[in-house]
Amino acid sequence: MSVPTGLHPSPRARPGLRLDLAAAIVLFAALVVASLLVGVGDLGGAGGLQLLVVSRVPRTLAAILTGAGLAIAGLVMQTLAKNRFVEPMTAGTGQAAGLGILAMTILAPGASIALKSLAATVAAFAGTALFLALVRRLPPTQPFLVPLFAIVYGGVVGAVTTAVAWETDLLQYLDIWTNGEFSAVMQGRYELLWVNAAIVAAAWWVADRLTILSLGRDTAVGLGLNYAVMLQAGLAIVALVAGVTVATVGAIPFVGLVVPALVARRYGEDVRAVLPIIAAGGAGLVLACDLLARVVRFPYELPVGTVLAVVGAAVFLAVIFARPRQT
Amino acid sequence: MPDALADTAPGTPKVAPNAAPADRGPLLRAHRRRARLALAGLALAALVAAAISMTIGLRGNIAFALELRAVRLAALVQVAVAIAVSTVVFQTVTGNRILTPSIMGMDSLYLLVQSVLVLALGAAGFSALPAGLTFAGEAALMALLAAALFLPILRQRGDVVLMLLAGVVLGALFRGLSSLVARLIDPNTFAIVQSVSFADFNTVDERLLLPCILLTLAGTALIWRSRHVLDIMALGADDAVGLGVDWRRTAVGLVLVVGVLVAVSTALVGPVAFLGLLVVALAERLAGTTRHAVLLPAAALTGVVLLVGGQTVLAHVFGNALTLGIVIEFAGGLLFLVLLLSSRLR
Repeated sequence: MSVPTGLHPSPRARPGLRLDLAAAIVLFAALVVASLLVGVGDLGGAGGLQLLVVSRVPRTLAAILTGAGLAIAGLVMQTLAKNRFVEPMTAGTGQAAGLGILAMTILAPGASIALKSLAATVAAFAGTALFLALVRRLPPTQPFLVPLFAIVYGGVVGAVTTAVAWETDLLQYLDIWTNGEFSAVMQGRYELLWVNAAIVAAAWWVADRLTILSLGRDTAVGLGLNYAVMLQAGLAIVALVAGVTVATVGAIPFVGLVVPALVARRYGEDVRAVLPIIAAGGAGLVLACDLLARVVRFPYELPVGTVLAVVGAAVFLAVIFARPRQT
Repeated sequence: MPDALADTAPGTPKVAPNAAPADRGPLLRAHRRRARLALAGLALAALVAAAISMTIGLRGNIAFALELRAVRLAALVQVAVAIAVSTVVFQTVTGNRILTPSIMGMDSLYLLVQSVLVLALGAAGFSALPAGLTFAGEAALMALLAAALFLPILRQRGDVVLMLLAGVVLGALFRGLSSLVARLIDPNTFAIVQSVSFADFNTVDERLLLPCILLTLAGTALIWRSRHVLDIMALGADDAVGLGVDWRRTAVGLVLVVGVLVAVSTALVGPVAFLGLLVVALAERLAGTTRHAVLLPAAALTGVVLLVGGQTVLAHVFGNALTLGIVIEFAGGLLFLVLLLSSRLR
């Protein structure tokens, strides 16, 4: 029987990869242009250029960086948990990051966003490490048990965070970090997100080692991989993306889940080959949902996190029910 | 037969309700005695909790305070009964002690029904309708939707984990949709929807009390009358059909009632995801049986003790420092994780 977690090379890996990539680039460029053009302000007016530089370009970049980072973090998390159906924002990482920011806000109310991101990252690292340690005790024969466990684990961590926020009268602040949106993004308010770009590059650098990591501990050690170090590195990647993203724009669910799952289904599991597609796919998904969030009730906006909660959950349901049934 | 029983009640004494051979008589009697003791103990604890919640720290205008407390007590008891009964029935129909209506996303469905109604009628239209009438409509709509949505999922009873995951994600989808709908309506209306989407045991809508009492009574009476049928349903669809129960029709009827009871509890206090799981798991251990004639009242009484007692303790010992909703969320979530880890699903 094949490993039911789905982390094995697909026989029909990479069909027409280049053609798809070209189509994706065209679509992506169209999204970027649309994102730059859509908005209440008039670009043709006197302050048009300034509007572009101060608001539209940062917002578009923020969506791209967030999406790419979250998708890659999802990919790495799935490698670490050896399961296709987990992702940081629904599995306790995002909630732990929120707890970290909350703690920082209580202890040092005036802390800079970089310091808050650091606290979020540390908390996210601890929360995710605990999650992985618990998940290892689940039976490997039940692929859906891990995401179920993940979602409830996220709920419990979220309940602790809510209790602390309630106690300290910070519920409204918590709402900012638990529902991601780009409406406040402007020049000077998003630059920390470039950390996500560095993370994507780092993931690219260790891509082959991640592929080996997904084969399991014994095989990985047999192939000469320093398993413990790679595990810590993977955890650091997931925690950094979650920490920076939650502190800057808030949690955005399901991106890290649906993008790697859909890409792996079509292109297989070779991390180096699929990593650019996953990064671009995540960026495109968040950009598209942010656009949707901006036009649905123009001139008002919806939070992109709310849009993705709907889109992502629907796609997730389709993914789990479209899987070939195990016998 | 033993397999079917193990499927419904893992880890409990496997004594078939009405089929005890002669040599198991003493064992059966011991079980019955234990069940009676547990019920009596729970009833006493519930009464004590209710009495304390009515009388503790009374001062000032006593008549006014008593009336206020009586309203809240009535609401809490109703919620406890509705959640306990609906969870027991849902678990029996799905054949697993880990599924509850709210884990499967039913109270999120009620929130969605509510916000769509507000969107369709507008804030003014929604408030203009009599609260009881609107609620009755919502409950009916909720029951129909629950049956239509969850019965297809319930047919997958073989793969419990897939069912659970589908339910959890479905719940997330409903919550996402209702907050999307809430964002589409104007800010004042948004506040109406927002106020029902958090569990709150302190403020109870008095206008809903009467229709909720009627619905809870009717639903509980229906379930109580089918308690022996439920014992048979617990054996699984095939055995139940073999014993002459029209499984599908009975399941549809039961899920309709569950939908109404979920609407009652969600309307009164908001969504409480893990309360049902907590209550029934505790009741089953205390009573030591899965016979519905014992389990149903035991679960209802456990619910009353937990809600009324918990509310009183939080209000008077911890000075309202924590809300009961968050505490239950945390404890119930932990219990759920422990159940998953301790291989109860295999």
